[in-house]
Amino acid sequence: MSKPTLAVYKFSSCDGCQLSILNLEDELLDLVGVVEVAYFLEARRQTLPGPYDIALVEGSVTTPHEAERIQEIRKQAKILVAIGACATSGGIQALRNFTRVEDLAMAVYEHPEYLQTLPKSTPIAENVKVDYELWGCPVNKYQLVEVIQAFIQKRRPNLPTHSICLDCKRRGIVCVIVAHGLACLGPGTRTGCGVLCPANGRGCYGCFGPAPNEDMKTVLAALAPVERYPGEVRGLLTNISNYAPAFRQAAELLPTRSNQTPGGQK
Amino acid sequence: MNQDIHIPALARVEGEGALTIRVKDGEINEILLNIYEPPRFFEGFLHGRYFQDVPDITARICGICPVAYQMSSVQALEAAMQVTISPELRQLRQLLYCAEYIESHALHIYLLQAPDLVKQESAISLAAEAPDLVKKALRLKKAGNELLKIIGGRSVHPVNACVGGFYRWPDEAAIHALVPELEWARQASIDTVTWAATLDYPDFEQDYEFVALNRVEEYAIYDGDILSSKGKRISPVDFEKNYIETHVERSNALHSHTLKNSTYFVGPLARFNLNYKKLRNMAREAASSIRLKPPLRNPYKGLLARAVELVHVCDLAIELANAYHPQGPSHVEFTVQPGEGWGVSEAPRGLLYHRYVVDEQGLVRFARITPPTAQNFAQMEADLWALAPSVVTQPQEEASLAFEHLLRSYDPCISCATHFLKLNIERV
Repeated sequence: MSKPTLAVYKFSSCDGCQLSILNLEDELLDLVGVVEVAYFLEARRQTLPGPYDIALVEGSVTTPHEAERIQEIRKQAKILVAIGACATSGGIQALRNFTRVEDLAMAVYEHPEYLQTLPKSTPIAENVKVDYELWGCPVNKYQLVEVIQAFIQKRRPNLPTHSICLDCKRRGIVCVIVAHGLACLGPGTRTGCGVLCPANGRGCYGCFGPAPNEDMKTVLAALAPVERYPGEVRGLLTNISNYAPAFRQAAELLPTRSNQTPGGQK
Repeated sequence: MNQDIHIPALARVEGEGALTIRVKDGEINEILLNIYEPPRFFEGFLHGRYFQDVPDITARICGICPVAYQMSSVQALEAAMQVTISPELRQLRQLLYCAEYIESHALHIYLLQAPDLVKQESAISLAAEAPDLVKKALRLKKAGNELLKIIGGRSVHPVNACVGGFYRWPDEAAIHALVPELEWARQASIDTVTWAATLDYPDFEQDYEFVALNRVEEYAIYDGDILSSKGKRISPVDFEKNYIETHVERSNALHSHTLKNSTYFVGPLARFNLNYKKLRNMAREAASSIRLKPPLRNPYKGLLARAVELVHVCDLAIELANAYHPQGPSHVEFTVQPGEGWGVSEAPRGLLYHRYVVDEQGLVRFARITPPTAQNFAQMEADLWALAPSVVTQPQEEASLAFEHLLRSYDPCISCATHFLKLNIERV
């Protein structure tokens, strides 16, 4: 049997999730032994024609060209996996969705008229059918291995969706909300990072996106008394996974302040 | 003959862009480095954010050098609010920076540029021919990533650095336990220098203006004054007055020039040339062993400068790791106050400048970020012009490879500067 083919694509992103594949230092040479890396520009110059068995897509859709390109990639892919916060939620770039992109362009670029950009940064699933989503900023590299392994073994990948909060309890990490009075989004955030922030003595800032089935209203109620400055909890929700529906809706329940909106600085 | 040549992808760089070369009657008419990596509006997003969110957000500019973004931004914000950190915290930040250099330089030397020098399309194809070399490269890269993980929680977008220091002291025993691996990495880096010297680099030299950070007492990475090979030394506060960013059509990145509208070159070659004497002994000895000394004016040989820097940062990391005995608070307490602050550090790809204005509530009112690749774009284009006459006469595949190799030697981070580098040679 021939090896399954793997394609890796970049959309609007920082390269960090693709880099996570190259950061599989102990597994990389075994991985290329079991899959044919057919398209992965950051890693190799050689490209093989599609269709491909697995397409990993990093980044969000932010330009008219990207909106067309994702349609072509979907046609070429047997299974399409959105990897990382940008591809699953629109990422940090989706902060533009709450403001006027023209104002942002004015703040950064001298000639905004040269730019071709969409008013919104959207997750891949808002553009095409997605088979699996791997959340995280960056994605957990072992979840990437799990998806590829599951494809080869013809089974569904095991991708847990419980909250970070549960991981802290299991690992015996003292609750930073209760013990230190820190605002922590762990009760509402999807597992996957390995409890990095609470383990480092700070609150989770939600980079793995919302855990499904968590009641965000309860989370907000628990965090309200520990805010160190006005808007802290809203800042956690409007960060890396700001456009994920559960975080977005929770943020809408909190007051906005005119001096905390992104945009024109010129 | 009328021939449009369209080569659809420059690989092994971070980010997307296109290169168009128009040739008419054997003469080069136009060279356009077109950066169509989507525009990302980080400075605008920072507006209105609480200062402590900034290092988490700016890290997301680049998955390969997030630490550089964190280090320039925390220094700028600390300057804005008049916060001074302890020498121990500065040393831990230096150690974190060493970790990023090891990971990033090993990636660029072996996985991104070296395949061009050994006539391979990638490290994946190279691994079939020289598995031990690629395994060594991956182990070296991993040493850097492990150190990042111990200090920052993870290698891509670490979570521990904050304005004022670190959220928590990293585990002392874990850092000390990594020293033997760092010693292995230092020897592997010396071997990298020796190996890299045996490769055949294209013969191409230009008269560059190099710009890098400089410090009297050490090889500047974490901070310093801004020094030019033309002799000009300025404080970071004066960066924007001396190095001007302009927005050109065809590009979603800004391009930088000096006041005299000339191009300049930042990165490992600039650091090596300006700060050679400040390299640690072991790194200088590694350079001497292959008869490498400044001035080094061949951009392809940036790989050699990177290899020498690998020895330097491994050696420094060992010293800092051995000396790591945390005590006292891991971050300084301070009162939020309004102000403006500047922060510069040497990202693996070159000088990275940040400036912020913070208000009395600690909210960012203004942000300016100048990444290294934006500063190098104009120089990259100038190099393409210099290289093109000898290359466009070659068959398409060779010509494409020659241009691509030149661009890759710069280790451009196009994601940073604003993916898909596309080469068009149009022969009219």
